[in-house]
Amino acid sequence: MILLKLFFTFFKIGLFTFGGGYAMIPLISDAVVSNGWLSEEQFLNIIAVAESTPGPVAINVATFVGSTQGGIVGSVCATLGVVLPSFIVILIIASLLKNFLKYRGVQGFMKGVRPCVAGLIVAAGIKIGLSTLFSVTTFGGGFSVNYIGLIIFAVVAATAYFYKRISDKKISPILLIVISAALGIVICTLGERIGVV
Amino acid sequence: MEKKEKKGIQLLRLFLTFLKIGAFTFGGGYAMIAIIEHEIVEKKHWVSKEDLLDIIAIAESTPGPIAINSATYVGFKVGGVFGSVAATLGVVLPSLVIVFLISLIFDRFLAFKYVGYAFRGIQACVVYLILSAGIKMLKAVEKNPFNITIVCLAVALTVAFSLFAVSFSSIYLILLAGVAGLVAHYVGKNAKNATQQEDKK
Repeated sequence: MILLKLFFTFFKIGLFTFGGGYAMIPLISDAVVSNGWLSEEQFLNIIAVAESTPGPVAINVATFVGSTQGGIVGSVCATLGVVLPSFIVILIIASLLKNFLKYRGVQGFMKGVRPCVAGLIVAAGIKIGLSTLFSVTTFGGGFSVNYIGLIIFAVVAATAYFYKRISDKKISPILLIVISAALGIVICTLGERIGVV
Repeated sequence: MEKKEKKGIQLLRLFLTFLKIGAFTFGGGYAMIAIIEHEIVEKKHWVSKEDLLDIIAIAESTPGPIAINSATYVGFKVGGVFGSVAATLGVVLPSLVIVFLISLIFDRFLAFKYVGYAFRGIQACVVYLILSAGIKMLKAVEKNPFNITIVCLAVALTVAFSLFAVSFSSIYLILLAGVAGLVAHYVGKNAKNATQQEDKK
């Protein structure tokens, strides 16, 4: 049962994600939270793992979630689910609809989808930021500031900004993850010494 | 017989090439496109550069991870349906194996005190990564009243639904936005036609 659910949940995610990569994050976050599969913290950990391992982020997340819910068969089901929609759609386009991009309906539909997906990713960032950095999950549910998280967030943002200004290249996400891990260890250990953590 | 063997070798080659692409690209998506270009266009000459640009455009307008879309498309071009299966399997397999192995030990790994500390830092970093991915995509969106409305609605509705604990899948928002795009596209076209006709009069 859980295997079927994994397959169909990820099939739906694969079918409705346009743009790949982070476009999938709002949908995955919806699905894993509403099914009670993962906490928000676990979800962030998995994204970090997916970002630091080779391969498409969407596949990595599907494999990880599948494995935590249904072992090796679960991870195969979730991965198959997320891959199949693109596979089928592309096969149809490559074999039958050679002029796919020239259809005006496709152009019109994508005109609406692109800004929406960009908005959804920003919204996912805001949502996850509010709950991770300020413990805000629902309106009026109270909040507490995660100072350590905020400091690290600020340092990471500043590092990425200055790296881009100085070298004119985008910093690698993996490097940012390594920096934030080191900061986490240093700040939490210091906090423990002075008894804040 | 010889032809059959040749085909088998070609499928194996497709599989291995995409296995390599899957195993050595971090971050997926566009990082993968650069490697696909190097391996498939420049080294193997399986598809032309124009083909690759088409593939990227199609991958962006179809659902699913861009890496899977391009693997399926290139595989089909080179070796038909079996080719697309070989290429897609190749690109997926490394992630599946590596991430599955990590998932087995991850919780035990996280139980170490310093690893736990490291992940407290990493969680803040991932929040930044998601926000910056969204902002980067926003910057690529052309600034016109239609797009700005869609973006604002998508952000405001999603955050509001979550704060008021209303469950509403983002899928509906994507579909609604697509329909709005279709309507705007055809209305805009009709309006243009109408003004052109009036000009003729």
